[in-house]
Amino acid sequence: MESKLVHWLLFGCALLSIATTLGIVVSLLSQALGFFREVSIWEFLTGTRWAPILVPQSFGVLPLVAGTLLVTVIAAAVAMPVGIATAIFLSEYAPDRVRRIIKPSLEILAGIPTVVYGYFALTLISPLLQKVFPDMLIFNALSAGLVMGLMIIPMVSSISEDAMLAVPRSLREGAYALGATRLEVALRVTVPAALSGIIAAFILALSRAIGETMLVTIAAGATPKMTFNPLESIQTMTAFIVQLSLGETPHGSLEYNTIFAVGLLLFLMTLVMNLLGHWVVRRWQERY
Amino acid sequence: MQQATTLFHRRLRLRKGVGDVFHILFLLAVFVGIAGLLTLLVQVLVQGLPWLNWHFLTSYPSRHPEQAGLLSALVGTVWLMVLTAAFTVPVGVGAAIYLEEYAPKNWLTRLIEVNISNLAGVPSIVYGLLGLTIFVGWMALGRSLLAGALTLGLLVLPIVIMASREAIRAVPWTYREAAYALGADKWQVTKGVVLPAAIPGVLTGTILAMSRAIGEAAPVLAISALVYLTFVPTSPLDRFTVLPIQIFNWVTRPQDEFRGLAAAGIIVLLVILLSMNAIAIYLRNRYQIRSEG
Amino acid sequence: MPGSSIIEVKGLNMWYGNFQALRNISLTIPRHQVTAVIGPSGCGKSTFLRCFNRMNDLIPGARVAGQVLFDGQDIYAPGVDPTEIRSRVGMVFQKPNPFPKSIFDNVAFGLRINGYQGNLAEAVESSLRRAALWDEVKDLLHKSALALSGGQQQRLCIARAIAIEPAVILMDEPCSALDPVATLKIEDLMRSLAEDYTIIIVTHNMQQAARVSDTTAFMTMEEDRAGIVVEYGPTSELFANPKDKRTEDYITGRFG
Repeated sequence: MESKLVHWLLFGCALLSIATTLGIVVSLLSQALGFFREVSIWEFLTGTRWAPILVPQSFGVLPLVAGTLLVTVIAAAVAMPVGIATAIFLSEYAPDRVRRIIKPSLEILAGIPTVVYGYFALTLISPLLQKVFPDMLIFNALSAGLVMGLMIIPMVSSISEDAMLAVPRSLREGAYALGATRLEVALRVTVPAALSGIIAAFILALSRAIGETMLVTIAAGATPKMTFNPLESIQTMTAFIVQLSLGETPHGSLEYNTIFAVGLLLFLMTLVMNLLGHWVVRRWQERY
Repeated sequence: MQQATTLFHRRLRLRKGVGDVFHILFLLAVFVGIAGLLTLLVQVLVQGLPWLNWHFLTSYPSRHPEQAGLLSALVGTVWLMVLTAAFTVPVGVGAAIYLEEYAPKNWLTRLIEVNISNLAGVPSIVYGLLGLTIFVGWMALGRSLLAGALTLGLLVLPIVIMASREAIRAVPWTYREAAYALGADKWQVTKGVVLPAAIPGVLTGTILAMSRAIGEAAPVLAISALVYLTFVPTSPLDRFTVLPIQIFNWVTRPQDEFRGLAAAGIIVLLVILLSMNAIAIYLRNRYQIRSEG
Repeated sequence: MPGSSIIEVKGLNMWYGNFQALRNISLTIPRHQVTAVIGPSGCGKSTFLRCFNRMNDLIPGARVAGQVLFDGQDIYAPGVDPTEIRSRVGMVFQKPNPFPKSIFDNVAFGLRINGYQGNLAEAVESSLRRAALWDEVKDLLHKSALALSGGQQQRLCIARAIAIEPAVILMDEPCSALDPVATLKIEDLMRSLAEDYTIIIVTHNMQQAARVSDTTAFMTMEEDRAGIVVEYGPTSELFANPKDKRTEDYITGRFG
């Protein structure tokens, strides 16, 4: 009897994961629908002016998306080459002693809360960049993007490294036996063999960058703009949600419901990317 | 074939040269990461240490930097971590037990697993919106510690589940076999043999999950909608603030002194994190030694 | 009905999915004796052994047809709880598998889960004595079982199995992971255990079968790799005068 009860209890715990997903969808949709009753989806997705609490109001989300993408692209430009180079180094070059220092250091980098990165961007990186670009304001996409890149290096590097370590020794040995140099083995054998995992690492890291909140709220600015100039101050989707949550906007109002509409868009974007990342792994992974 | 050999050697030198250049590039890449980490830590220490003192740890925040302190955030963080763990660990371990020991291989199990891995990638602010709507709104828990704990608990649940599953999977099949052969039913095998052997792994996973939760500001901001609090909570239904939010509050103030306070707060947060991870590593090593002897 | 045989196998067939592992086995296991099951590698000896305590149930896709009568009742009849069977038919495995717990807790485990009401410490001591391990561990009861040697661990597993007083003890190549000295200790143990229990042992070591068993069953595999019992009978007769040529070939070392 106790066993049957236990079985159901444990099943309930596992079902909670489905309940959570449903909860997310329901909480976002229920309030976002209120928003979309007054603002058309078309206007939302294609408008280029985002001003929900200014007069005149405008609900085109593209500036927020542009801001998010701008920061993300800068982060990717940093994290992807550095991440994959680090992964190659750790998996093909590094002697054990060196690995044992570097891997934990990267894990520390991954474990630092994002507010700390925001602090770093605002208090060190921005002023430094201002010396190079004197016209730049303290809040800008570039410094947030660079620090975000630093933040996601460990994610790119560890997932890529796992993929490379999964490539069997026999493949590498075959190449060495043909007289290949270490670089050639790494770039022509290991990386191509691990490619699906590396691509998945990129996609998942991008998804993480898109969803990141505190760093961009602190450092990137609160001025939604349709711009791809990294020296300007912008606002990301996540920063907007924080801004309005902390404000005085009354619950249930159209302005308040914008955070759910933006939240829904954010959720869908990261969901698609996560599914894509996992699909890439499943579909293209070589079975050794 | 003298000429062919010399040509080969010339090419080989070139290939090796390129290899050396890339080797340096790879090293530089690693250096970027390490240098970034060190720069960050140095900046934090330099700006924050002057502000770090006993007064800082025991005062409430204030408009005047010299009088400001972390107390409400520290106490709030402790409260929140305890409540979050109380919720997420039993549920997460329960789900892991179900998935590893009980679940049949059917579509429902697959759906549960897909959900868990997707939930791990959902932005934390979205969890905040979930908590806001369901815990603060529908369940009318108010902007309380309880709502925050449930929200954060859901956020880190995938971590607890995945780490617990690995710990359970690592228990050798022979232990289960021996228990079954003595006439134990599945729950007795799980409770008497599998779980005790998996506890170190579960503990490590819990600490990992709490390390993540302790640094989360975004979902807590959505729930509590506060950055400035001058009292300590005394019940799970009270309003609260946590360390990362207090840091956020100070960072966004224009005066330079507040940057220093933020840095001091960061030092406290990082010290706590470091201790938690040190405990996790110690536990992991101790467990590995015990199971091999 | 109590009699000279405790288990009667009638027309036992077993499949793993589509693969037939055992075909049409019928024999009886005499009470309070040691019965050995011998045969070449892979012929299904372990699979056969695991039919006696329904351990094969734990493998997905395993299917059984036929009857295994334990004290006259078919253990594969619908409605029979395998958990109960396993508390009456115990098992010792090829590689010693004590739990990562103390020696005391290992032996007490089966008692605790089966709801033993008596004095636990006495029962543990009694089992350890009967397994010829008490003198070596009586001062170490609360130390980890993993600290014992291989041979000691296997005797601990035997003590753990007999603590719940099964009627039958199944032993799946119990000495194959042990050194010769430890092996001899366990072979002596088997003889003394047979006074109180019935032992069925699978072994690939013919000399061991000849030394310890009263009855022997010889198994082999047919062309489709299904296991069958070729012949069985008193050990001395089977080894001296095998009735089947296959048995004779195996015993004289011509194959296997």
